[in-house]
Amino acid sequence: MSTGLGDNEIISRVLRGEQNAYAELVNRYQGYVFTLILRMVKSREDAEEIAQDVFVKAYRSLADFRGESKFSTWLYTITNTTSITFLRKKKLEVHSLDNEKVFEAADNKDSGFRANLIEQKSRVNMVNEAISMLSPDDAEIITLFYKAEQSLEEISRILRLETNTVKVRLHRARGRLKEKMEKNFSEEVKNI
Amino acid sequence: MSTNINNSPLGAGGIEQQLWSYIDGHSSSEERSFIEKLLQSNLEWKNKYHELLDIHQLMNTSELEQPSLRFTKNVMERIAQYHIAPATKNYINKKIIWGIAAFFITLITGFLIYGFAQIDWNDKSDSTLPVDLSQVDFSKIFNNNFVNGFMMVNVLLGLVLLDRVLANKRKKFQKQA
Repeated sequence: MSTGLGDNEIISRVLRGEQNAYAELVNRYQGYVFTLILRMVKSREDAEEIAQDVFVKAYRSLADFRGESKFSTWLYTITNTTSITFLRKKKLEVHSLDNEKVFEAADNKDSGFRANLIEQKSRVNMVNEAISMLSPDDAEIITLFYKAEQSLEEISRILRLETNTVKVRLHRARGRLKEKMEKNFSEEVKNI
Repeated sequence: MSTNINNSPLGAGGIEQQLWSYIDGHSSSEERSFIEKLLQSNLEWKNKYHELLDIHQLMNTSELEQPSLRFTKNVMERIAQYHIAPATKNYINKKIIWGIAAFFITLITGFLIYGFAQIDWNDKSDSTLPVDLSQVDFSKIFNNNFVNGFMMVNVLLGLVLLDRVLANKRKKFQKQA
């Protein structure tokens, strides 16, 4: 149940020793954190494990949150570093912006199967599906911008990149998402 | 009415990039008004704009994924085993960092002063080095007032640092007790 308190107020309570107040922050941000991680690591089990780690790390470092940015921005920074560490550990290839061959190969493999399902898919599913076909970098930046409602400046802080670089990367990611949609969901895209 | 794109105030980047900036609200007022004119007069821009706007609206309809129902409970069970770590700024004492910096600056400055003092600037010999290393009396280096004083300053700085570290540790133990 939501307490209606602001993030900073809840954080003050937790820092005063009310550990249970932290549950409100977990409830509030679990969907955002989980979605962000899932779009990077592509496995629900791993995403759930990493999301738990993120909230535990955030709790332990809560005294370091100085309120200079939004709590969500700070939390997504932890989410980003934890996910990247996981991907490195797993030795999964983190694709650069210009290298999507593996993801493209995956697309082609099951595009026929997808074509049969297109009609059953809702718009929401289609968008989620298209995002899941993107590289972790692209999926992350799109999720941060659209779902986590972070500004370009906030994303630049989370990803430790220049704002202009974020702008270009977001633009390219959207371009690639558009391509995926047109390629895999052309019928639905036409009907929009 | 036609708008001349060649005289546009738009920065670098293709139509899509300009339109995404416009849709996101990141264009300047000059760019905005120029794009608005283009959207009225240029069919290519108009079609592209509607195409990108559809994608933009679709993106906003995407839903968040949800973890398992036990997620919050699992997190709360895990954090019950931990305490919140003290803020980093509390245990990284800036005075200690400044002390270490002062120690090294003093060390380097001392060596430089001593080195320059050894140079005979009036020596007109052919040697490429202004210092004749064979004539440096190393036995005197650690046996004169300057070096002794210099070493004393460094020892004192070292003791001050050690004192601060021990004092911090003592405070920590007292807090825990």
